[in-house]
Amino acid sequence: MHAPAPYDARAQFWLGIRLFFPVAISIAAYGVVWGVLAGQAGLSVLEVALMSGLVFAGASQFVALDMWTPGSLPVLSIIIATAIVNLRMVLMSATLRPLVGHLPLPRALGTMFFVSDEQWAMTMAEVRKGNASVAFFLGTGVLSWFAWMASTLVGRVLGAFIDDPARYGLDFAFTATFLALLFGMWRGRGDLIPWLVAALAAIVSSRLIEGNWYIIVGGLVGSFAGALIETAKERRHVA
Amino acid sequence: MSLEALITILGMAAVTYAIRAGGLLLANRLPTTGFVASWLKHVPGAVLASLVAPAVLTGGPAEAIAAAATALIYFVTRNLFATMAGGVLAVYLARLALGG
Repeated sequence: MHAPAPYDARAQFWLGIRLFFPVAISIAAYGVVWGVLAGQAGLSVLEVALMSGLVFAGASQFVALDMWTPGSLPVLSIIIATAIVNLRMVLMSATLRPLVGHLPLPRALGTMFFVSDEQWAMTMAEVRKGNASVAFFLGTGVLSWFAWMASTLVGRVLGAFIDDPARYGLDFAFTATFLALLFGMWRGRGDLIPWLVAALAAIVSSRLIEGNWYIIVGGLVGSFAGALIETAKERRHVA
Repeated sequence: MSLEALITILGMAAVTYAIRAGGLLLANRLPTTGFVASWLKHVPGAVLASLVAPAVLTGGPAEAIAAAATALIYFVTRNLFATMAGGVLAVYLARLALGG
């Protein structure tokens, strides 16, 4: 019988920080750009700190900036768009259950604040190797939070010195980021039709409806199309 | 800071945390097959596709070239930051070249 490896929470925490370091640098670079664009969208330093610190979810923060119009903020549609963009995290925190299952529920729920793409991916990779723990996950999460917080603030302060971001192509950072995230989600040909349906629905509704509702319309129509096709296929397999 | 900005940020934080905590609470009850499971899986891609489609379509030739360059850089590097930086550089150069 194998003796369980001695569990050293502090060592695990630092291991998480060490392994996550290169990823954190990439997050920070991305955060600086978000901060510059946030300043351009009219967010104050305090608003940047609050959003990065409390929401702590890059893709949805990019979407929020895209919709941010100070003076007449589309409050409800920004919150709905945030929820839809972040819905993928339901599946991530569900798969982390075995990792935190032994903790008292309030503490387990507390750790879930740190769930995001990169930390989740790295922790799951360690789980597969058999040596991840809550402390490891927290190490990656804490480092990621500080990297995101610091870099978005730096970007916001530096951004005050850039008068016209479009001159440097920075306005395209949104499209480039969303494209990269989209390609990263490609799981095979089954994604093609839902993506095309979503794109088409978004283009049509952006012409018909004021504001940014096209994101929500396209996201819902496209994902329903994907689910319909997939369940229809499964049924045919069963039959 | 305006009240509506504060409400927006707190609302974003609340729904995002509810989603993160919800996944853990529902872990044993989330369907792993069927319509709802499949729908959840397709949401993120569909949202991102709807985000970029109108932007790419309404942009000029410089944006179209840069979007193609962005795709190429992603498939070579598989790195989010490199893709973003490459896309920005590509649109900058394309606008210079096309005088846009």
